[in-house]
Amino acid sequence: MSELSVNHLLGIKYLQEKDIQLIFETADHFKEVINRPIKKVPSLRDITIANLFFENSTRTKLSFELAEKRLSADVINFSAGQSSVKKGETLIDTVNNILSMKVDMVVMRHPNPGAGVFLSKHVKANIINAGDGAHEHPTQALLDSYSIRERLGDVAGKNVVIVGDILHSRVALSNIYALKLQGANVMVCGPKTLIPKYIGDLGVKVETNLRKALEWCDVANMLRVQNERMDISYFPSTREYTQQFGVNKALLDSLNKEITIMHPGPINRGVEITSDVADSKQAIILDQVQNGVAVRMAVIYLLAGKIKQ
Amino acid sequence: MSQKVLLNATDINIILHRLACQLIENHKDFSNTVLVGIQPRGKYLASRLAQMLKDEYKIKNLQVGYLDITFYRDDFRRGDKIHEANTTKIDFIVEDKNVVFIDDVLYTGRSIRAALTAIQSFGRPNEIELLTLIDRRFSRHLPIQPNYRGRQVDAINKEKVKVSWIENDGEDVVYLVNS
Repeated sequence: MSELSVNHLLGIKYLQEKDIQLIFETADHFKEVINRPIKKVPSLRDITIANLFFENSTRTKLSFELAEKRLSADVINFSAGQSSVKKGETLIDTVNNILSMKVDMVVMRHPNPGAGVFLSKHVKANIINAGDGAHEHPTQALLDSYSIRERLGDVAGKNVVIVGDILHSRVALSNIYALKLQGANVMVCGPKTLIPKYIGDLGVKVETNLRKALEWCDVANMLRVQNERMDISYFPSTREYTQQFGVNKALLDSLNKEITIMHPGPINRGVEITSDVADSKQAIILDQVQNGVAVRMAVIYLLAGKIKQ
Repeated sequence: MSQKVLLNATDINIILHRLACQLIENHKDFSNTVLVGIQPRGKYLASRLAQMLKDEYKIKNLQVGYLDITFYRDDFRRGDKIHEANTTKIDFIVEDKNVVFIDDVLYTGRSIRAALTAIQSFGRPNEIELLTLIDRRFSRHLPIQPNYRGRQVDAINKEKVKVSWIENDGEDVVYLVNS
Protein backbone atom coordinates (compact mmCIF):
# COMPACT_ATOMS: atom_id res chain seq x y z
CA MET A 1 0.00 0.00 0.00
CA SER A 2 2.07 2.86 -1.20
CA GLU A 3 1.18 6.13 -2.77
CA LEU A 4 2.77 8.97 -4.69
CA SER A 5 4.57 11.68 -2.73
CA VAL A 6 2.82 14.38 -4.77
CA ASN A 7 -0.81 15.45 -5.35
CA HIS A 8 -0.16 16.76 -8.87
CA LEU A 9 2.09 15.65 -11.67
CA LEU A 10 3.57 19.00 -12.62
CA GLY A 11 7.02 17.83 -13.60
CA ILE A 12 9.53 15.06 -13.04
CA LYS A 13 11.52 17.58 -10.98
CA TYR A 14 8.99 17.19 -8.16
CA LEU A 15 9.05 13.38 -8.12
CA GLN A 16 11.15 10.94 -6.14
CA GLU A 17 12.70 7.76 -7.46
CA LYS A 18 10.18 5.62 -5.58
CA ASP A 19 7.31 7.52 -7.24
CA ILE A 20 8.65 6.53 -10.64
CA GLN A 21 8.95 2.89 -9.58
CA LEU A 22 5.38 2.90 -8.23
CA ILE A 23 4.11 4.39 -11.48
CA PHE A 24 5.97 1.74 -13.50
CA GLU A 25 4.75 -1.16 -11.38
CA THR A 26 1.19 0.11 -11.67
CA ALA A 27 1.65 0.63 -15.42
CA ASP A 28 2.74 -3.02 -15.75
CA HIS A 29 -0.70 -4.06 -14.50
CA PHE A 30 -2.48 -1.62 -16.79
CA LYS A 31 -0.46 -2.84 -19.75
CA GLU A 32 -1.90 -6.29 -19.08
CA VAL A 33 -5.39 -4.76 -18.78
CA ILE A 34 -5.20 -2.98 -22.15
CA ASN A 35 -4.26 -6.23 -23.87
CA ARG A 36 -7.40 -8.02 -22.63
CA PRO A 37 -10.45 -8.61 -24.83
CA ILE A 38 -12.25 -5.95 -22.75
CA LYS A 39 -9.72 -3.24 -22.09
CA LYS A 40 -11.52 -1.33 -19.39
CA VAL A 41 -11.61 -1.27 -15.59
CA PRO A 42 -14.26 0.48 -13.49
CA SER A 43 -11.93 2.14 -10.94
CA LEU A 44 -12.59 5.79 -11.79
CA ARG A 45 -16.28 5.66 -12.60
CA ASP A 46 -17.02 8.46 -10.11
CA ILE A 47 -14.21 10.75 -11.30
CA THR A 48 -14.52 13.46 -13.93
CA ILE A 49 -11.44 14.65 -15.78
CA ALA A 50 -11.09 17.76 -17.93
CA ASN A 51 -8.52 17.73 -20.71
CA LEU A 52 -7.56 21.34 -21.29
CA PHE A 53 -5.40 21.78 -24.35
CA PHE A 54 -4.33 25.37 -24.87
CA GLU A 55 -1.85 24.13 -27.48
CA ASN A 56 -2.22 21.64 -30.31
CA SER A 57 -1.67 17.98 -29.67
CA THR A 58 -2.72 14.75 -31.30
CA ARG A 59 -0.87 11.89 -29.67
CA THR A 60 -0.81 13.15 -26.09
CA LYS A 61 -4.45 14.20 -26.15
CA LEU A 62 -5.64 10.89 -27.61
CA SER A 63 -3.44 8.96 -25.24
CA PHE A 64 -4.76 10.77 -22.17
CA GLU A 65 -8.34 10.47 -23.34
CA LEU A 66 -7.97 6.77 -23.99
CA ALA A 67 -6.28 6.24 -20.61
CA GLU A 68 -9.12 8.09 -18.87
CA LYS A 69 -11.79 6.13 -20.70
CA ARG A 70 -10.10 2.79 -20.01
CA LEU A 71 -10.30 3.71 -16.32
CA SER A 72 -14.03 4.52 -16.75
CA ALA A 73 -13.63 8.20 -15.86
CA ASP A 74 -15.96 10.78 -17.36
CA VAL A 75 -14.05 12.98 -19.76
CA ILE A 76 -14.60 16.50 -21.03
CA ASN A 77 -12.38 18.02 -23.67
CA PHE A 78 -11.46 21.58 -24.26
CA SER A 79 -9.35 23.13 -26.96
CA ALA A 80 -8.31 26.74 -26.73
CA GLY A 81 -9.11 27.30 -30.40
CA GLN A 82 -12.87 27.20 -29.91
CA SER A 83 -13.16 28.77 -26.46
CA SER A 84 -13.67 31.91 -24.46
CA VAL A 85 -9.92 32.21 -23.99
CA LYS A 86 -10.00 34.10 -27.25
CA LYS A 87 -12.53 36.46 -25.70
CA GLY A 88 -10.03 37.42 -23.00
CA GLU A 89 -10.85 35.06 -20.11
CA THR A 90 -7.96 34.35 -17.72
CA LEU A 91 -6.59 30.85 -17.12
CA ILE A 92 -7.80 30.72 -13.50
CA ASP A 93 -11.29 31.85 -14.49
CA THR A 94 -11.47 29.34 -17.32
CA VAL A 95 -10.41 26.49 -15.07
CA ASN A 96 -12.58 27.52 -12.12
CA ASN A 97 -15.59 27.65 -14.41
CA ILE A 98 -14.87 24.14 -15.53
CA LEU A 99 -14.26 22.95 -11.97
CA SER A 100 -17.58 24.39 -10.79
CA MET A 101 -19.16 21.72 -12.96
CA LYS A 102 -17.71 19.19 -10.47
CA VAL A 103 -14.52 18.18 -12.22
CA ASP A 104 -11.97 16.32 -10.07
CA MET A 105 -8.84 16.35 -12.17
CA VAL A 106 -7.33 18.54 -14.86
CA VAL A 107 -4.95 17.45 -17.59
CA MET A 108 -3.46 20.58 -19.11
CA ARG A 109 -1.21 21.49 -21.98
CA HIS A 110 -0.26 25.13 -22.14
CA PRO A 111 2.27 27.13 -24.19
CA ASN A 112 3.57 28.95 -21.09
CA PRO A 113 6.23 27.26 -18.93
CA GLY A 114 5.02 26.87 -15.35
CA ALA A 115 1.33 27.10 -16.22
CA GLY A 116 0.63 23.85 -14.36
CA VAL A 117 2.48 24.94 -11.23
CA PHE A 118 0.66 28.27 -11.27
CA LEU A 119 -2.71 26.58 -11.66
CA SER A 120 -2.05 24.07 -8.89
CA LYS A 121 -1.60 26.95 -6.45
CA HIS A 122 -4.87 28.63 -7.37
CA VAL A 123 -7.47 25.94 -8.05
CA LYS A 124 -8.79 22.96 -6.14
CA ALA A 125 -8.14 19.99 -8.41
CA ASN A 126 -5.38 17.54 -9.11
CA ILE A 127 -3.35 18.78 -12.07
CA ILE A 128 -1.45 16.70 -14.59
CA ASN A 129 0.93 18.64 -16.79
CA ALA A 130 0.65 17.42 -20.38
CA GLY A 131 3.36 19.80 -21.54
CA ASP A 132 4.00 23.41 -20.55
CA GLY A 133 5.90 25.31 -23.20
CA ALA A 134 9.57 24.37 -23.35
CA HIS A 135 9.55 23.38 -19.67
CA GLU A 136 8.35 19.84 -18.84
CA HIS A 137 6.34 16.99 -20.32
CA PRO A 138 6.43 14.51 -17.44
CA THR A 139 4.23 11.73 -18.82
CA GLN A 140 6.33 11.59 -22.00
CA ALA A 141 9.51 11.18 -19.95
CA LEU A 142 7.84 8.48 -17.85
CA LEU A 143 6.72 6.51 -20.87
CA ASP A 144 10.17 6.90 -22.45
CA SER A 145 11.85 5.48 -19.35
CA TYR A 146 9.19 2.78 -19.10
CA SER A 147 9.91 1.78 -22.70
CA ILE A 148 13.67 1.65 -22.01
CA ARG A 149 13.00 -0.49 -18.94
CA GLU A 150 10.80 -2.79 -21.02
CA ARG A 151 13.38 -3.11 -23.80
CA LEU A 152 16.62 -3.24 -21.78
CA GLY A 153 15.38 -4.54 -18.43
CA ASP A 154 16.52 -1.56 -16.43
CA VAL A 155 17.15 2.17 -16.76
CA ALA A 156 19.90 2.43 -14.13
CA GLY A 157 23.39 2.39 -15.61
CA LYS A 158 22.23 2.75 -19.21
CA ASN A 159 23.75 5.38 -21.49
CA VAL A 160 21.05 7.50 -23.08
CA VAL A 161 21.65 10.27 -25.59
CA ILE A 162 19.01 12.84 -26.43
CA VAL A 163 19.61 14.18 -29.93
CA GLY A 164 18.29 17.33 -31.53
CA ASP A 165 16.58 20.51 -30.42
CA ILE A 166 17.34 20.43 -26.70
CA LEU A 167 16.75 24.17 -26.30
CA HIS A 168 13.05 24.13 -27.18
CA SER A 169 12.25 20.66 -25.91
CA ARG A 170 10.17 19.94 -22.84
CA VAL A 171 10.67 16.25 -23.62
CA ALA A 172 14.43 16.68 -23.24
CA LEU A 173 14.24 18.39 -19.84
CA SER A 174 11.75 15.93 -18.37
CA ASN A 175 13.76 13.03 -19.76
CA ILE A 176 16.97 14.36 -18.23
CA TYR A 177 15.33 14.61 -14.79
CA ALA A 178 13.71 11.19 -15.09
CA LEU A 179 16.78 9.38 -16.38
CA LYS A 180 19.12 10.96 -13.83
CA LEU A 181 16.69 10.08 -11.02
CA GLN A 182 16.79 6.44 -12.09
CA GLY A 183 20.57 6.35 -12.32
CA ALA A 184 21.08 6.46 -16.07
CA ASN A 185 23.95 8.35 -17.75
CA VAL A 186 22.61 11.11 -19.94
CA MET A 187 24.16 12.94 -22.87
CA VAL A 188 22.66 15.61 -25.09
CA CYS A 189 23.73 16.01 -28.70
CA GLY A 190 22.82 18.66 -31.25
CA PRO A 191 23.94 21.88 -32.90
CA LYS A 192 25.59 24.17 -30.33
CA THR A 193 22.89 26.75 -30.95
CA LEU A 194 20.19 24.31 -29.84
CA ILE A 195 21.91 23.22 -26.62
CA PRO A 196 21.22 25.46 -23.58
CA LYS A 197 24.39 27.08 -22.23
CA TYR A 198 24.25 25.71 -18.67
CA ILE A 199 22.80 22.28 -19.42
CA GLY A 200 25.94 20.68 -17.96
CA ASP A 201 24.74 21.82 -14.53
CA LEU A 202 22.04 19.16 -14.72
CA GLY A 203 24.77 16.53 -14.76
CA VAL A 204 24.60 15.63 -18.45
CA LYS A 205 27.37 15.24 -20.98
CA VAL A 206 27.35 17.44 -24.06
CA GLU A 207 28.45 16.20 -27.48
CA THR A 208 28.18 17.87 -30.85
CA ASN A 209 29.38 14.91 -32.90
CA LEU A 210 26.51 12.49 -33.55
CA ARG A 211 28.73 9.52 -34.39
CA LYS A 212 30.62 9.84 -31.09
CA ALA A 213 27.34 10.15 -29.21
CA LEU A 214 25.89 7.03 -30.85
CA GLU A 215 29.06 5.04 -30.17
CA TRP A 216 28.72 5.92 -26.49
CA CYS A 217 25.03 5.23 -26.01
CA ASP A 218 22.68 2.26 -25.51
CA VAL A 219 19.62 4.31 -26.40
CA ALA A 220 19.21 7.33 -28.66
CA ASN A 221 16.12 9.46 -28.20
CA MET A 222 15.69 11.50 -31.39
CA LEU A 223 13.85 14.80 -31.03
CA ARG A 224 12.09 16.82 -33.65
CA VAL A 225 13.33 20.28 -34.59
CA GLN A 226 10.63 22.54 -33.22
CA ASN A 227 10.38 25.08 -35.99
CA GLU A 228 7.24 26.58 -34.46
CA ARG A 229 9.18 27.69 -31.39
CA MET A 230 12.10 29.20 -33.33
CA ASP A 231 12.03 32.95 -33.72
CA ILE A 232 15.49 33.09 -35.28
CA SER A 233 17.51 30.72 -37.45
CA TYR A 234 19.50 28.25 -35.33
CA PHE A 235 21.21 26.34 -38.16
CA PRO A 236 21.88 27.12 -41.83
CA SER A 237 19.44 24.69 -43.44
CA THR A 238 17.37 21.57 -42.77
CA ARG A 239 19.60 19.71 -45.22
CA GLU A 240 22.69 20.58 -43.24
CA TYR A 241 20.95 19.61 -39.98
CA THR A 242 20.07 16.22 -41.44
CA GLN A 243 23.63 15.64 -42.64
CA GLN A 244 25.05 16.31 -39.18
CA PHE A 245 22.35 15.18 -36.78
CA GLY A 246 20.05 12.90 -38.75
CA VAL A 247 20.19 9.15 -38.08
CA ASN A 248 20.18 6.82 -41.07
CA LYS A 249 20.59 3.09 -41.57
CA ALA A 250 24.16 3.34 -42.87
CA LEU A 251 25.24 5.24 -39.75
CA LEU A 252 23.57 2.72 -37.41
CA ASP A 253 25.04 -0.25 -39.30
CA SER A 254 28.53 1.22 -39.04
CA LEU A 255 28.36 1.14 -35.21
CA ASN A 256 29.79 -1.93 -33.51
CA LYS A 257 26.60 -2.54 -31.48
CA GLU A 258 22.85 -2.35 -31.90
CA ILE A 259 21.39 0.66 -30.14
CA THR A 260 17.73 1.32 -29.39
CA ILE A 261 16.11 4.21 -31.23
CA MET A 262 13.31 6.24 -29.68
CA HIS A 263 11.27 9.20 -30.87
CA PRO A 264 8.52 11.02 -28.98
CA GLY A 265 6.77 11.99 -32.23
CA PRO A 266 5.67 13.57 -34.38
CA ILE A 267 8.45 12.33 -36.69
CA ASN A 268 9.77 14.46 -39.50
CA ARG A 269 10.81 11.55 -41.70
CA GLY A 270 14.01 12.27 -43.56
CA VAL A 271 15.04 15.07 -41.21
CA GLU A 272 16.08 13.75 -37.77
CA ILE A 273 15.50 10.10 -38.68
CA THR A 274 15.11 8.26 -41.98
CA SER A 275 12.14 6.04 -42.75
CA ASP A 276 14.12 2.80 -42.78
CA VAL A 277 15.39 3.53 -39.26
CA ALA A 278 11.99 4.63 -37.95
CA ASP A 279 10.42 1.40 -39.24
CA SER A 280 13.30 -0.91 -38.22
CA LYS A 281 13.37 -3.38 -35.34
CA GLN A 282 15.80 -1.15 -33.49
CA ALA A 283 13.14 1.54 -33.18
CA ILE A 284 10.61 1.25 -30.34
CA ILE A 285 8.60 4.29 -31.43
CA LEU A 286 5.23 2.50 -31.57
CA ASP A 287 5.94 0.67 -28.30
CA GLN A 288 6.37 4.10 -26.75
CA VAL A 289 2.91 5.06 -27.95
CA GLN A 290 1.33 1.89 -26.57
CA ASN A 291 3.15 2.26 -23.26
CA GLY A 292 1.97 5.87 -23.13
CA VAL A 293 -1.60 4.75 -22.47
CA ALA A 294 -0.56 2.33 -19.70
CA VAL A 295 1.73 4.86 -18.03
CA ARG A 296 -0.93 7.60 -18.17
CA MET A 297 -3.50 5.18 -16.72
CA ALA A 298 -1.09 4.54 -13.85
CA VAL A 299 -0.51 8.26 -13.21
CA ILE A 300 -4.22 9.09 -13.32
CA TYR A 301 -5.14 6.10 -11.15
CA LEU A 302 -2.53 6.89 -8.50
CA LEU A 303 -3.45 10.59 -8.36
CA ALA A 304 -7.18 9.84 -8.32
CA GLY A 305 -6.57 7.64 -5.28
CA LYS A 306 -5.64 10.82 -3.43
CA ILE A 307 -8.95 12.54 -4.07
CA LYS A 308 -10.96 12.00 -0.91
CA GLN A 309 -14.67 11.46 -1.12
CA MET B 1 -3.52 -9.69 20.84
CA SER B 2 -4.13 -13.41 21.16
CA GLN B 3 -4.40 -16.05 18.52
CA LYS B 4 -5.52 -19.64 18.47
CA VAL B 5 -4.95 -22.29 15.87
CA LEU B 6 -8.05 -23.07 13.83
CA LEU B 7 -6.43 -25.55 11.45
CA ASN B 8 -2.98 -27.10 11.63
CA ALA B 9 -0.97 -28.52 8.72
CA THR B 10 -2.63 -31.96 8.97
CA ASP B 11 -6.13 -30.45 9.05
CA ILE B 12 -5.33 -28.32 6.02
CA ASN B 13 -3.97 -31.31 4.11
CA ILE B 14 -7.11 -33.36 4.80
CA ILE B 15 -9.34 -30.47 3.77
CA LEU B 16 -7.37 -29.88 0.56
CA HIS B 17 -7.81 -33.55 -0.37
CA ARG B 18 -11.54 -33.32 0.27
CA LEU B 19 -11.85 -30.12 -1.78
CA ALA B 20 -9.84 -31.70 -4.61
CA CYS B 21 -12.16 -34.72 -4.61
CA GLN B 22 -15.26 -32.52 -4.60
CA LEU B 23 -13.87 -30.63 -7.59
CA ILE B 24 -13.22 -33.88 -9.44
CA GLU B 25 -16.73 -35.08 -8.61
CA ASN B 26 -18.22 -32.05 -10.34
CA HIS B 27 -15.69 -31.35 -13.06
CA LYS B 28 -14.45 -34.86 -14.02
CA ASP B 29 -11.33 -34.42 -16.16
CA PHE B 30 -11.37 -30.59 -16.07
CA SER B 31 -11.47 -30.45 -19.86
CA ASN B 32 -13.89 -27.53 -19.73
CA THR B 33 -12.97 -26.16 -16.32
CA VAL B 34 -10.38 -23.60 -15.28
CA LEU B 35 -9.20 -22.68 -11.79
CA VAL B 36 -8.74 -19.00 -11.02
CA GLY B 37 -7.00 -17.92 -7.81
CA ILE B 38 -8.06 -14.50 -6.53
CA GLN B 39 -5.01 -12.31 -5.88
CA PRO B 40 -3.25 -11.74 -3.62
CA ARG B 41 -3.95 -14.59 -1.16
CA GLY B 42 -6.02 -16.97 -3.25
CA LYS B 43 -3.14 -17.82 -5.53
CA TYR B 44 -1.43 -20.00 -2.89
CA LEU B 45 -4.54 -22.10 -2.38
CA ALA B 46 -5.11 -22.32 -6.14
CA SER B 47 -1.53 -23.43 -6.82
CA ARG B 48 -1.65 -25.95 -3.99
CA LEU B 49 -4.93 -27.48 -5.17
CA ALA B 50 -3.72 -27.56 -8.76
CA GLN B 51 -0.52 -29.32 -7.70
CA MET B 52 -2.53 -31.86 -5.73
CA LEU B 53 -4.93 -32.50 -8.61
CA LYS B 54 -2.01 -33.05 -10.99
CA ASP B 55 0.26 -35.13 -8.75
CA GLU B 56 -2.13 -37.20 -6.68
CA TYR B 57 -5.27 -37.38 -8.78
CA LYS B 58 -3.53 -37.49 -12.17
CA ILE B 59 -5.55 -34.68 -13.73
CA LYS B 60 -3.87 -33.71 -16.98
CA ASN B 61 -3.99 -30.35 -18.79
CA LEU B 62 -5.29 -28.48 -15.77
CA GLN B 63 -5.49 -24.76 -16.44
CA VAL B 64 -4.80 -22.38 -13.57
CA GLY B 65 -4.81 -18.58 -13.61
CA TYR B 66 -4.60 -15.70 -11.19
CA LEU B 67 -6.97 -12.77 -11.20
CA ASP B 68 -6.20 -9.42 -9.61
CA ILE B 69 -9.26 -7.44 -8.53
CA THR B 70 -7.61 -4.20 -7.37
CA PHE B 71 -9.04 -2.06 -10.19
CA TYR B 72 -12.52 -3.52 -9.63
CA ARG B 73 -12.77 -2.92 -5.88
CA ASP B 74 -15.68 -0.87 -4.58
CA ASP B 75 -13.60 0.87 -1.89
CA PHE B 76 -11.27 2.87 -4.15
CA ARG B 77 -10.82 6.33 -2.56
CA ARG B 78 -12.74 5.22 0.54
CA GLY B 79 -9.76 4.01 2.55
CA ASP B 80 -6.69 5.95 3.57
CA LYS B 81 -4.35 4.39 1.04
CA ILE B 82 -4.85 2.78 -2.31
CA HIS B 83 -4.28 -0.92 -2.63
CA GLU B 84 -1.30 -2.12 -4.58
CA ALA B 85 -2.17 -4.15 -7.64
CA ASN B 86 -0.96 -7.70 -8.22
CA THR B 87 -0.27 -9.71 -11.33
CA THR B 88 -3.15 -11.08 -13.36
CA LYS B 89 -2.21 -14.15 -15.32
CA ILE B 90 -4.96 -15.74 -17.38
CA ASP B 91 -3.36 -17.40 -20.38
CA PHE B 92 -6.45 -19.26 -21.54
CA ILE B 93 -9.87 -18.56 -23.00
CA VAL B 94 -12.56 -18.07 -20.38
CA GLU B 95 -15.43 -17.96 -22.89
CA ASP B 96 -17.89 -20.83 -22.27
CA LYS B 97 -15.63 -22.38 -19.62
CA ASN B 98 -16.60 -23.43 -16.13
CA VAL B 99 -14.61 -21.13 -13.89
CA VAL B 100 -13.82 -21.97 -10.27
CA PHE B 101 -12.80 -18.96 -8.20
CA ILE B 102 -10.44 -19.88 -5.40
CA ASP B 103 -9.79 -17.71 -2.35
CA ASP B 104 -8.52 -18.43 1.14
CA VAL B 105 -11.11 -16.57 3.24
CA LEU B 106 -14.65 -15.61 2.28
CA TYR B 107 -15.61 -12.68 4.50
CA THR B 108 -17.84 -9.83 3.29
CA GLY B 109 -18.10 -11.19 -0.25
CA ARG B 110 -16.93 -7.90 -1.75
CA SER B 111 -13.74 -9.36 -3.25
CA ILE B 112 -15.78 -12.02 -5.01
CA ARG B 113 -18.18 -9.35 -6.26
CA ALA B 114 -15.19 -7.54 -7.74
CA ALA B 115 -13.84 -10.79 -9.19
CA LEU B 116 -17.18 -11.50 -10.88
CA THR B 117 -16.88 -8.15 -12.66
CA ALA B 118 -13.18 -8.59 -13.43
CA ILE B 119 -13.53 -12.01 -15.04
CA GLN B 120 -16.00 -10.58 -17.56
CA SER B 121 -13.12 -8.66 -19.15
CA PHE B 122 -11.82 -12.00 -20.34
CA GLY B 123 -15.07 -13.29 -21.83
CA ARG B 124 -18.38 -14.86 -20.78
CA PRO B 125 -17.87 -18.00 -18.73
CA ASN B 126 -20.45 -20.76 -18.87
CA GLU B 127 -20.59 -20.96 -15.09
CA ILE B 128 -18.69 -19.59 -12.12
CA GLU B 129 -18.24 -21.45 -8.84
CA LEU B 130 -16.51 -20.42 -5.63
CA LEU B 131 -14.15 -22.46 -3.51
CA THR B 132 -12.89 -21.12 -0.22
CA LEU B 133 -10.78 -22.57 2.57
CA ILE B 134 -12.43 -20.55 5.34
CA ASP B 135 -16.02 -19.35 5.22
CA ARG B 136 -16.82 -16.66 7.80
CA ARG B 137 -20.51 -17.21 7.40
CA PHE B 138 -22.03 -14.46 9.56
CA SER B 139 -19.99 -11.62 8.07
CA ARG B 140 -21.43 -11.35 4.59
CA HIS B 141 -22.39 -7.96 3.07
CA LEU B 142 -23.56 -9.45 -0.21
CA PRO B 143 -25.59 -12.51 -1.23
CA ILE B 144 -22.53 -14.60 -2.15
CA GLN B 145 -22.00 -18.17 -0.91
CA PRO B 146 -19.25 -20.70 -1.63
CA ASN B 147 -19.89 -23.90 -3.59
CA TYR B 148 -16.98 -25.62 -1.85
CA ARG B 149 -15.89 -24.71 1.64
CA GLY B 150 -13.02 -26.00 3.72
CA ARG B 151 -14.17 -24.94 7.18
CA GLN B 152 -16.96 -22.74 8.38
CA VAL B 153 -15.98 -20.25 11.07
CA ASP B 154 -18.31 -18.20 13.22
CA ALA B 155 -15.87 -15.40 13.93
CA ILE B 156 -17.07 -12.11 15.32
CA ASN B 157 -16.14 -8.92 13.53
CA LYS B 158 -13.15 -7.87 15.59
CA GLU B 159 -11.60 -11.29 15.12
CA LYS B 160 -9.44 -11.94 12.09
CA VAL B 161 -8.71 -15.15 10.26
CA LYS B 162 -5.07 -15.45 9.18
CA VAL B 163 -4.12 -18.13 6.68
CA SER B 164 -0.41 -18.95 6.34
CA TRP B 165 1.09 -21.02 3.57
CA ILE B 166 4.40 -22.81 3.76
CA GLU B 167 5.60 -21.35 0.45
CA ASN B 168 5.02 -17.77 1.58
CA ASP B 169 4.81 -17.65 5.36
CA GLY B 170 6.89 -20.68 6.38
CA GLU B 171 4.08 -22.87 7.73
CA ASP B 172 0.67 -24.26 6.84
CA VAL B 173 -1.67 -23.01 9.53
CA VAL B 174 -4.88 -21.04 10.02
CA TYR B 175 -5.14 -18.75 13.03
CA LEU B 176 -8.07 -16.95 14.59
CA VAL B 177 -6.57 -13.68 15.78
CA ASN B 178 -8.27 -11.61 18.46
CA SER B 179 -7.04 -8.04 18.40
